[in-house]
Amino acid sequence: MIPTQLQRSGSGSTQSPRSPSSQEPFLSVSVIDPAKMGNGVQAYISYKVITKTNLPDYQGPEKIVIRRYSDFVWLRDRLFEKYKGIFIPPLPEKSTVEKFRFTAEFIEMRRQALDIFVNRIASHHILQQSEDLRIFLQADEQTMERARSQEIGIFKKKPADLMQIFKDVQSKVSDVVLGKEKPVEESTPEYEKLKRYIFELEDHLAEAQKHAYRLVKRHRELGQSLSEFGKAVKLLGTCEDNALGKVFSEVGDKAEIVSVKMQREAHHLLMNFEESLKDYVRAVQSIKATIAERANAFKQQCELAETIKFKEIDLNKLRLTRSEKLADAEREYDVLKADGEEATRRFEAIVQLMNEEIVRFQEQKTLDMGLAFHEFAKGQAHLANGIAEAWRSLLPKLEACASS
Amino acid sequence: MMGSENQEGGEAHLQASREEMESLVLDGDDGRDHIGNSITSQSYANYRSAMTTLSSSFAASHHPLSFPTPADSDPLLSPPSPQPPLLKSPNSPKPRTTATDDPHHLDPPSYADVVSNPLDDNIEANGGSESPSQHSENSTSSFSRSPFSSSDYLEIVVSNPQKEAESSKNSIVPGNNAYVTYLITTKTNISDYGGSQFSVRRRFRDVVTLSDRLSEAYRGFIIPPRPEKSVVESQVMQKQEFVEQRRVALQKYLRRLAAHPVIKKSDELRVFLQVQGRLPLPTSVDVASRMLDGAGKLPKQLLGDSRSVMGPQDVVQPAKGGRDLLRLFKELKQSVANDWGASRPPAEEEDKEFLDKKQWLHDLEQHLTNASKQAEALVKAQQGLADTMGELGLAFIKLTKFENEEAVLNTQRVRAADMKSLATTAVRASRYHRGLNAQTVKHLDTLHEYLVLMLAVHNAFSDRSSALLTVQTLLSELSSLHSRAEKLETASSKIFGGDKLRIRKTELKDTIRVTEDAKGCAIREYERIKENNRCEIERLDSERRTDFVNMLKGFVTNQVTYMEKIGIEWTKVAEETNRYAKETA
Repeated sequence: MIPTQLQRSGSGSTQSPRSPSSQEPFLSVSVIDPAKMGNGVQAYISYKVITKTNLPDYQGPEKIVIRRYSDFVWLRDRLFEKYKGIFIPPLPEKSTVEKFRFTAEFIEMRRQALDIFVNRIASHHILQQSEDLRIFLQADEQTMERARSQEIGIFKKKPADLMQIFKDVQSKVSDVVLGKEKPVEESTPEYEKLKRYIFELEDHLAEAQKHAYRLVKRHRELGQSLSEFGKAVKLLGTCEDNALGKVFSEVGDKAEIVSVKMQREAHHLLMNFEESLKDYVRAVQSIKATIAERANAFKQQCELAETIKFKEIDLNKLRLTRSEKLADAEREYDVLKADGEEATRRFEAIVQLMNEEIVRFQEQKTLDMGLAFHEFAKGQAHLANGIAEAWRSLLPKLEACASS
Repeated sequence: MMGSENQEGGEAHLQASREEMESLVLDGDDGRDHIGNSITSQSYANYRSAMTTLSSSFAASHHPLSFPTPADSDPLLSPPSPQPPLLKSPNSPKPRTTATDDPHHLDPPSYADVVSNPLDDNIEANGGSESPSQHSENSTSSFSRSPFSSSDYLEIVVSNPQKEAESSKNSIVPGNNAYVTYLITTKTNISDYGGSQFSVRRRFRDVVTLSDRLSEAYRGFIIPPRPEKSVVESQVMQKQEFVEQRRVALQKYLRRLAAHPVIKKSDELRVFLQVQGRLPLPTSVDVASRMLDGAGKLPKQLLGDSRSVMGPQDVVQPAKGGRDLLRLFKELKQSVANDWGASRPPAEEEDKEFLDKKQWLHDLEQHLTNASKQAEALVKAQQGLADTMGELGLAFIKLTKFENEEAVLNTQRVRAADMKSLATTAVRASRYHRGLNAQTVKHLDTLHEYLVLMLAVHNAFSDRSSALLTVQTLLSELSSLHSRAEKLETASSKIFGGDKLRIRKTELKDTIRVTEDAKGCAIREYERIKENNRCEIERLDSERRTDFVNMLKGFVTNQVTYMEKIGIEWTKVAEETNRYAKETA
């Protein structure tokens, strides 16, 4: 949907070094055309994913594949595994209520969210280079299905595990806040602040989103009652004669028109404001998952460091006693050392990435929210002005009736 | 519009002995309303309704606590005034019983609670925003008609509820019965009041009395119904909100009375508003004593005592609620005959125009009920939107504060500023929505007011049908008396009777004469009530048209005004955030 400039190299240049004069590389993705497949319990929704690109690795200029929700989940999980430290764009939730799985509104909301998901990946300077993305966008359906079913059991984290990680992180934050020290915990003041910020932010956002959803409902309810009221007014007008009766009828008609405007705004509010808030909440939850990964990496690093320390002590002991085991021990020690360095590297990579990601996240969110606010205000202004205009047109007639 | 000659009547005087009866009645008085009410309110003035009003009085009569009749010997109130100049009715010195047991069970619309400060206080529109009130805060009428359409006015304020203890030396029930009184302040320039401003303290029981006396005196009129009693008066009275609700209801009721062109000049109302101390209107006596009275008379009536005859002075009251059980029986029999008998009733409601009007009013009532219900739902929905918009605004204000406090990057501050702009506008819009809703309540309340009036219309029609029933009963009675007289004639011509026969013939002649007189009165009464009906319906029609137009106009104007304001606010925010639209488009 949104053509994105690519950075093929890591440094952020926008031009391919191989073809200085050719057009700039781009990768544009859309998720469209939800269609119900299958019957009964097995039924699901499939989406068309259209990729338009001029990248050499991709089958261009355009490729269309059919994907379903679990394919998107596969992509998210793979990226999460591979790119620790990066805030993976969030996915819309699985539907918990069977009844709503196939309502038009739900399907549209999900399609929009999936479209945003893929586009965010395609416009992330690191993620866009992922092989998994290419598979997702290009592979035929059978390959995709094979890939998807392979992942179950190997990479797929069970929800319970994820929950446990969240809980750990939360308890660690509260422990620190409450002053209980736990040794295997990264606790620089800036990082603590960040963690606290993320957790509180989620609460605030969740509340705002809840009210936004309620506001959508209120618009619908008001629209509904306006429609009923209009009908009642028309009926009442049948008791009146001539001019007054006509006036009643027109008031009733106008109420119906206003009711329709209300319903339209309710939908607009849902898709352009409430969903944006929901997306914000999901993004924050994704950050929490990354925080958990970072904690994991830190723990590994610390544990390895511990192990290495003990190993050193052992080694020195063996040296002093000139044991035969010394050679083996030294080899083990080297391996451990390498692992330790690897763990440190991994951890530091995560830290580095997260720092960049936070900045990117905040900037992106200002834009996203700015747009959402704009849509909200625009919608409300449009609605209010429309209502005023509709009723205003009745005033002359009412005046005439009142003065006669 | 109708003649408003105030007849100079004797001032009513108190009846000390009644006080004891009153205190007896007090605690239980309220219970029975619903039974009688639900029947009478739904029935229209037709023969069937006459039957049900009679039967409900039977139901009531089994209850020791319903509307009573004062004793017959008391020259109480002066004849009710004013009368339409065309008809002279022999105004009975006897007080009347209520035609119906005021069906008051129309609760105020539930949305009256939704908006916190409906009528008398300032609406919480935004500071500086004036809603063009079509509805000026006038105290003479609950509608938006100008209070100064006629040159005389009557403004009433009910305030200052206070608990008072009733000394119960004389009552059978021991202990103190506390009750609430209300301060009723009146401002008027009507000459009969002889004063421009005055206050009295009245309790709810006085209002019931006033309402009962008005129903008796103004048969055929569309009299606004009084507020309901409560089933458990003494317990509910403790609650502050109930007292406040009642105060508001009483004020509304009195203002409606004051808005009625005929009733506002009535002695009953004047006396209620002006006379200090105890209310000098005849109070209602409990049915137990009335029934005892009636039961006592019955055997004599059945044995042919002269009191079995309806005299002219009786027929101007309805049979229901009276003590003449025999008359009740007769009229009940008549109404059954009307409905089920083979032949047509002796006199019929022939006025086609009236019947059409009744049907039309029935439809109007249906549609009003529906519209009133939808109006309530609409107001609730508007309030819901206003509240949620406000809550959303507050949630964003909290978020703004949070982002500002925790900001590490500048972009967060920018976002916080955007958010604040949205939040404050949302809160402002919420206030506008609330203001709009308050005004909507005021205007759509007209629907509810007219629903209440429909009840009063039923009563007015009931008056008519019960008067007709009296006429019919008398006609039937007369025809059977005449045939008895004939039989006596033929019998006496055959038999040399002597005294007994002669006496019977004379008695019968007397009875016929009295009954003829009564019939004449009953017919005149019926015609009078018919005329009252007609005038009142005319008045209702014209007032209704005005009120409905104003209601619609007010409703629509409010929507326009508030929506314009809301639109302006949001447009500002949309413009401020326009740059985001361009960037990500």
